Amino acid sequence: MAQGTQVKKRGEGTEGPQFKANMSARYGLDRVFSVVVTLAALVGIVVLAVLLVDVTRDGSSMLSANFLTSFPSQIFPENGGIYPALVGSLWLLGLTFLISVPLGLGAAVYLEEYAEDTRINRLIEINISNLAGVPSIIYGLLGLGIFVQLLAPITGGGSVLSGALTLSLLILPVIIVATREALRAIPRAIREGGYALGATKWEVIRSHLLPMALPGALTGMILALSRAIGEAAPLLVVGVALYQTYATSGPLDGYMALPTQIYDWISRPQQIFQDSAAAGIVVVMVVLLVANSVAILLRNRFQRSS
Amino acid sequence: METKKTREGRGVSEVSDERREVRPETGGAAPGGGSTLGMKIENLAAFYGSFRAVTDISMDIQANKVTALIGPSGCGKSTFIRCLNRMHEVIPGARAEGKVALGEQDIYAKNSDPVVIRRRVGMVFQKPNPFSKSIYDNVAWGAKINGFRGNVDELVERSLRQAALWDEVKDRLKESGFGLSGGQQQRLCIARTLAVEPEVILMDEPASALDPVSTQKIEDTMSELKKSYTVVIVTHNMQQAARISDYTGFFYIENMGDPGHLWEFDETEKIFSNPDRKETEDYVTGRFG
Repeated sequence: MAQGTQVKKRGEGTEGPQFKANMSARYGLDRVFSVVVTLAALVGIVVLAVLLVDVTRDGSSMLSANFLTSFPSQIFPENGGIYPALVGSLWLLGLTFLISVPLGLGAAVYLEEYAEDTRINRLIEINISNLAGVPSIIYGLLGLGIFVQLLAPITGGGSVLSGALTLSLLILPVIIVATREALRAIPRAIREGGYALGATKWEVIRSHLLPMALPGALTGMILALSRAIGEAAPLLVVGVALYQTYATSGPLDGYMALPTQIYDWISRPQQIFQDSAAAGIVVVMVVLLVANSVAILLRNRFQRSS
Repeated sequence: METKKTREGRGVSEVSDERREVRPETGGAAPGGGSTLGMKIENLAAFYGSFRAVTDISMDIQANKVTALIGPSGCGKSTFIRCLNRMHEVIPGARAEGKVALGEQDIYAKNSDPVVIRRRVGMVFQKPNPFSKSIYDNVAWGAKINGFRGNVDELVERSLRQAALWDEVKDRLKESGFGLSGGQQQRLCIARTLAVEPEVILMDEPASALDPVSTQKIEDTMSELKKSYTVVIVTHNMQQAARISDYTGFFYIENMGDPGHLWEFDETEKIFSNPDRKETEDYVTGRFG
């Protein structure tokens, strides 16, 4: 009986001695908040759109097929182009991908699946998270010391390989953190299901964990590689060329890069170089968009198949 | 090439020798031609870190029978069953002490390989946990990694039939296992366990997350399974234990925080009609728990 009265009380409606529903004020707050968050989203999108339109307009006079296939020129800047920087950046992108993805995946699998919960491993974990926030110029100095100078016999000094290794260091923490998150999201039941069939750890990782973690890990990699391709500061320290007479054709070659080319142009006073820089920015954006689209397509294909 | 062949040849004959040895003493050949190994547990205790979860467990699990484990929540049934195929130690900090023999072999002996043990003592979990793969690959994967060299298509069909799932999925073997209903997923997990041809199958509340119809199907499967396998099942459903099992073990904890004990273990009929201990009777008649 006591229970019955309780139930009745609860169902008495929105107004009563115990409740003052005040719906109009609550819905009002609801509307205010939805406007606030919409504005917050719009600010970012509008600024980006304005930037894109402005840059494209500035660069439109220079943008042409010729711009993509020519070397930059100081004597005839109107005929100059971005070809060696574009090739250099694509080399950087490819090499950085090849270096950082296996290393990042490996480190993440170790930390998530193999590492015991010891003091040293906890220290490593904290450090990796912190490394993601270290300024890129610091990585540049590290790269200068290790890859350009110490390992010069292997990397060829200030080569595109040294640049890619430096960028890999820069983005490894991000890849590791993203991959670990993806691995951690896989329920323990999947691992146990594998073990219960007489699978070894590696078999479970290879057949189940990596395929399931890949979509999430790829998202982190896309973000990280986008950041790497846009970096100028560390490359300036590890020996990117501001001008060279050939396009990079091997990992030990010298290289130019899009962000440093833009930096070089933009620091010159003549209008034509300013326009070239704007056109260069458009090229960077397109490269990024294409690279991201490919990665997203890949990710979606993995998601479907798994 | 030559040496490899010999080595594998010897491996196979070793296994069959062992079965031949064990068969007479653990009770008769199975009609399905499957394995007939029972298990013998002596003074088993299981720990999570320093916490003793179950202790002093000794019992004989008969070959080709269904042994049910019942008891209130938190009294160590799941912990215990996970000790029978060395899944317990997968949890960080968890370990077991005592002796668990599969046929003649102590699975906790130094020369026992947990990976090999887990193929021979399969496990179906409480919640269906199909792999993120096609139905076909869910069943075939375990066999493949264990070096199955026969016809995989046949193996997949046979396993799915044994698990009473074949008719429902035969037209969509290439679709993801996640697309199945909960009951179908659980039968898929049973099929995948059968595909590696274990000798014992452990089931940790396999039907607790399922509706009555799916439960019925899984129970039907189980009475088929015991023809070829030794089955151990943890269940909270007393009617289920009474319906399907030949032997029943009652797990009980006297005081909160104590380790769980095997309170009483006997033929199912005796446990449910005339148990020796009062707590068992109270539990099976629904007076507590």
